[in-house]
Amino acid sequence: MPQWGMAVDLDRCTGCGGCVVACHAENNISTVGDEQAAVGRAKHWLRIERYWEGDFPDVRLKFRPVMCQQCDNAPCEPVCPTYASHHTDDGLNAQVYNRCIGTRYCANACPYNARFFDFFNPSWDKPLQLQLNPDVSLREVGVMEKCTFCVQRIRAAGTQAKAEERDVADGEIQPACVQSCGARALVFGDLENPSSEVSRLSRSPRGSKLLEDTGAQPSVTYLSRLTQV
Amino acid sequence: MTHPTGQQITRDLVRPLLLTTWRFYVMIALFGAFVVAGLVAWLSQVYFGFGLSGINWPVFWGFYITNFVFWIGISHAGTLISAILRLVNAGWRRPVTRCAEAITTFALLIGAMFPLIHIGRPWLAFWLIPYPSERLIWPNFRSPLVWDFFAINTYLTGSLLFLLLPMIPDFAVVRDSTTGIRQKIYRVLALGWRGTPKQWHRLESAMQIMAIAIIPVAVSVHTIVSFDFSMAPVPMWQTTIFGPYFVAGAIFSGIAGLIIAMAVLRRLLHLEDYLRPLHFENLGKLMLVMALLWGYFVFNERLVTYYGNGPHEMAVFWRTQRLSFAPLYWTMVVCNFVLPLILLGIRRFRTITGCVIASFGVVIGMWLERYLIIVPSLGAKYLPYSHGTYTPELVEVTITVATFAAMCLLYMLFAKVVPIISIWELKAGEHPSPALIPPATEKHQLGDLHL
Repeated sequence: MPQWGMAVDLDRCTGCGGCVVACHAENNISTVGDEQAAVGRAKHWLRIERYWEGDFPDVRLKFRPVMCQQCDNAPCEPVCPTYASHHTDDGLNAQVYNRCIGTRYCANACPYNARFFDFFNPSWDKPLQLQLNPDVSLREVGVMEKCTFCVQRIRAAGTQAKAEERDVADGEIQPACVQSCGARALVFGDLENPSSEVSRLSRSPRGSKLLEDTGAQPSVTYLSRLTQV
Repeated sequence: MTHPTGQQITRDLVRPLLLTTWRFYVMIALFGAFVVAGLVAWLSQVYFGFGLSGINWPVFWGFYITNFVFWIGISHAGTLISAILRLVNAGWRRPVTRCAEAITTFALLIGAMFPLIHIGRPWLAFWLIPYPSERLIWPNFRSPLVWDFFAINTYLTGSLLFLLLPMIPDFAVVRDSTTGIRQKIYRVLALGWRGTPKQWHRLESAMQIMAIAIIPVAVSVHTIVSFDFSMAPVPMWQTTIFGPYFVAGAIFSGIAGLIIAMAVLRRLLHLEDYLRPLHFENLGKLMLVMALLWGYFVFNERLVTYYGNGPHEMAVFWRTQRLSFAPLYWTMVVCNFVLPLILLGIRRFRTITGCVIASFGVVIGMWLERYLIIVPSLGAKYLPYSHGTYTPELVEVTITVATFAAMCLLYMLFAKVVPIISIWELKAGEHPSPALIPPATEKHQLGDLHL
């Protein structure tokens, strides 16, 4: 059984935000509007965190794309009273929207704040409602949602490979963010396969996990920045 | 000071059930209006979407969970205090027990509503019940919220029994002193009580069993409520002290609620001869002990965090200690510690008025304590990019006010249909029935009370 993971090369990330837009488009994430976004209800399953270092004028800007880290020991899972948040065999933190009653406990437990709540029924600024992805379900008011590593693409590729009686090839599955990253900062694949690009990058001495001391054992590895800008 | 006896007790305590003034209806209408407003607020939240509240990313819990913990805390007034005082056979408890047990039941009912108000899809809340689903899906027994569900239901069942059992002889008293439709209703409620030795013996045994059983249940309930926080890896939540800290805080706020309720009853129902200054003084002493215990727990929690000096904990620590939440934090310390220490620690101030002022302080302070546990931590979780804050919106404030009105409403209605002071227990204290009721012996009687 593959264990899906991701590597994020912070040296390559330019902070362009292409992945954020691709994620919104692929996963039918509703746009909440500027007023709601201002009170902290924007839903970006993937966000580019910006951190400034140093004092003016010697300021350095750092970007860090943060999505659900698909933890092996995920704090969001045991706290859910209805199993809406649960672990799949291939290492994903699944979120079953239909089973969610909206206690928002998982969001509190998540150290990365990678979970989002639907405060209203979904709506889109016109004409965005015309580009909804038929492979992804819409979420109604009152449920939690989060990055799925584009599970619909993972399942489709798995079905295809099974029909052709072969294994899923490395690089065959690309979540929307990986596909859209112009700088190739994001790499997705199977961590169980030692020769896959993602597991090679995850073993890199530049690699580290985000908030490793919370013990969540995330599946996303961040490769630290070497170039000085 | 004379003390009422025999027939006088019955007359005084049944009177509130039979005489209803216009003031009663005005107050019912007032509190009822607030309750209706709360209901409208909640229904509009369900209809228009949860976004009407002030909840946001990353502060996903706010007023509702604060109220939940607060009301479950208030519910520790009654049953626990009454059970402990019953077991140690403290004579002065007799006029206090029923007031206290009624608070428990109503506060639990109100507290248990808050998870429903709080969740995003309340119409699916029944998924917390382990019912035989056709898809064979059970609730997740690893989740503290499921533990909450069981703990609160157990406590509610126990508290209801604990409240209802000793009401049976009093229903019989009311049955015997009324006529017409009232008599018929109370005859049903009295369950054929005749006051035979066998019936007394059974009642006493049942009360002993319930008193012993309810204490561990009460302690476990608020420990499990504290687990809602301490099981999640959130700065300043994940601490081992939360269990006892929450239980102590719950009893603390419970006593405060009880003192306020008793003072109001004393004034409105003219029970000056029954709820005496001595009762307030004794409960005041108990509250003073809890204030010291609460202070110890808070000091302990803060000091350990400060010495541990973890960067994420310290962010929350300074937020409450010095930064944006500091005014609320220091208000809490004054209300919960300084005020009770002065008003209850100095004998001259430990009057009924002093106790009531201290109690109002404690109720406010304990509400703030829960708010300050929830909001500052959620707003300062690990990644600085995701820090945030929270401002309550109209629906949340309305629903919060409505629950206080609901408490008053339920309590007033209860005092109208049930003698709010246990008649038989008062009489038993005075005329011990041979071998049936453990009498309040001389050494158990405090001060000048000879009830």
